[in-house]
Amino acid sequence: MNRELIKDLPAVFEEFNEQRKKSFVTAMEMKQKGVPFVGVFCTYLPQELPMAMGAAVVGLCSMSGETIPEAEKDLPRNLCPLVKSSYGFAKTDKCPFFYFSDLIVGETTCDGKKKMYEMLGEFKPVYVMELPNSQSPEALELWKKEVIKFKEKLESHFGVTITDEDVRKAIKLKNEERQALKDFYSLMKLNPAPMLGGDMYKVLYGSTFKFDKEALIQEVKALTQKIKDTYDDGTPDCPKQKFAGRPRIMVTGSPIGGASEKVIKCLEDNGAQVVVFENCSGAKSVDEMVDEQNPDIYDALARRYLNIGCSCMTPDHNRFKLMDRLIDEYQVDAVVEVVLQACHTYNVESFLIKRFVTEEKKKPYIALETDYSTSDAGQISTRLAAFLEML
Amino acid sequence: MARLSLGIDCGSTTTKGALFDGETVVKTILLPTAARPRERMGQIYDAMYSSEVEYVVTTGYGRELLPQAHKRVTEITCHAKGAAYLCPGIAGVVDIGGQDSKAILLDRDGNVADFVMNDKCAAGTGRFVEMMGRILDCPLDEIDAFTKDAKPVDITSMCTVFAESEIISLLAQGRARGDIALGVIRSICQRTALFAQKLRPEGDLFFSGGLARFEVFRKTLESYIDWPVHTHPRSQMAGAIGAAIIGWQKIR
Repeated sequence: MNRELIKDLPAVFEEFNEQRKKSFVTAMEMKQKGVPFVGVFCTYLPQELPMAMGAAVVGLCSMSGETIPEAEKDLPRNLCPLVKSSYGFAKTDKCPFFYFSDLIVGETTCDGKKKMYEMLGEFKPVYVMELPNSQSPEALELWKKEVIKFKEKLESHFGVTITDEDVRKAIKLKNEERQALKDFYSLMKLNPAPMLGGDMYKVLYGSTFKFDKEALIQEVKALTQKIKDTYDDGTPDCPKQKFAGRPRIMVTGSPIGGASEKVIKCLEDNGAQVVVFENCSGAKSVDEMVDEQNPDIYDALARRYLNIGCSCMTPDHNRFKLMDRLIDEYQVDAVVEVVLQACHTYNVESFLIKRFVTEEKKKPYIALETDYSTSDAGQISTRLAAFLEML
Repeated sequence: MARLSLGIDCGSTTTKGALFDGETVVKTILLPTAARPRERMGQIYDAMYSSEVEYVVTTGYGRELLPQAHKRVTEITCHAKGAAYLCPGIAGVVDIGGQDSKAILLDRDGNVADFVMNDKCAAGTGRFVEMMGRILDCPLDEIDAFTKDAKPVDITSMCTVFAESEIISLLAQGRARGDIALGVIRSICQRTALFAQKLRPEGDLFFSGGLARFEVFRKTLESYIDWPVHTHPRSQMAGAIGAAIIGWQKIR
């Protein structure tokens, strides 16, 4: 049986947590064997295309404030920390994945990112896909063209041919990966939920740095099974007993990686439990499958990816729809929105989200604006503790 | 033997203690925090603790520092509880503290329904007022008399550092100190009111924190809010009183 089954759950969670660092060596070995690397920033990127040509896909969104001072030599200070940090890591070559990436692909999502890509393009091989600002039929038409153009870019950049059959296989594999991850995080529908949100996040985030997708799928399936098996073993320390009575929290908003300690850990240290992440690297990027029945694979990819709810879309109905469903499915008691500093679209949209959550879903809501520093850790902790006291 | 609960609120500027017997606040103490939150909490605890005290709740930014505390509760929840006790029937609380300001919306039962905090910078907090008092050579305790019949000057800087240089240039232009002081108070109250109205309160508000002792702050704040603003002689103690009440609910 799978080796993961004999390990303790905390060890498995830690392994996922360390996955990004561990993959540096794997990535280097793969590079030496000639595997191409495509660095990506955003959930909107159709990963099936680089996968179809046998490339490894790696996320470049940076989660640490380490390189922000270097980035601020070129970029304004009052800019989103994710944009600054990503640029900083690229500029200083401190992130091995930037260094390994043969091609870096961005999309015209937020204003901060699309301008940053122009500057990044001066010293890195950058390709930018034109993501429409809305999800209309005209937008779909444009996006489908962009998906095809991206395939052609990969072909010319790497000197390969990507056949429909390759793409179909990649779609199937990626769907299987999504399904495995979705089955994993859907365990949180159990009430009490079977693990801490912090641990769930480690798995979701860590899994993006596992390049062997077949192995990842097996590992995640084994982990899901293990959690099911140990959920209620009758001991007072089993998850069903241990996590009983904790308020169930949904986290939404900007990508949360760089602020996860401040927010997820703080919520859970104060007695709550994050049961669902709506953000990027949470349900948003996994929830929907690519339609394998659609004979037009590029249409199928374009539809699936354009459907993602994000505040860079106007209007952003799909985010509300997904939240609506997740709040019910996960029996959410309260919603915490994390907005990265200077992330205008999420910041503005938080007004509409608050209204939706409090008036339509009748759940308490709090929004926090933060960055990657620790300077506001005390304030964030007071706010979240006060919010939980309110429940 | 009486049964008592003790609440201690360790704020950035002052540390407060309150003893509650289930009906009345039997005793309060206030000490300057002066960079020694742990010591101050200990002092207040030693001065107020007796065998009659059955439960101790701490709040404020130093709430983790007293090992004897049975429970630690955030200042949001405590201020709300304390305010609802001092002024029953209010719809919300506006608190201007030493290093932050907050507005709290209460539900019909006096529980926190929503809140907003300004904790990013000193603008619109007690620090801003301390700075003003220092430059204008006006002791805070005399602020009501100092601004009596004053004609407020417009202060446009919200940043404490920039406002300081704005005040200095106004002094250099020969403007009356009282007029400048009232201008500063207006700018703080206007900012606080805007921020409180994000919560759309519907009913009377309670004004707590150290500045609530001064009528000029209450009156000015009220002029920017659509609802009556109340204070209480023990406004500054609201956090500690709220903590003591939460403690009382635990023993009962």
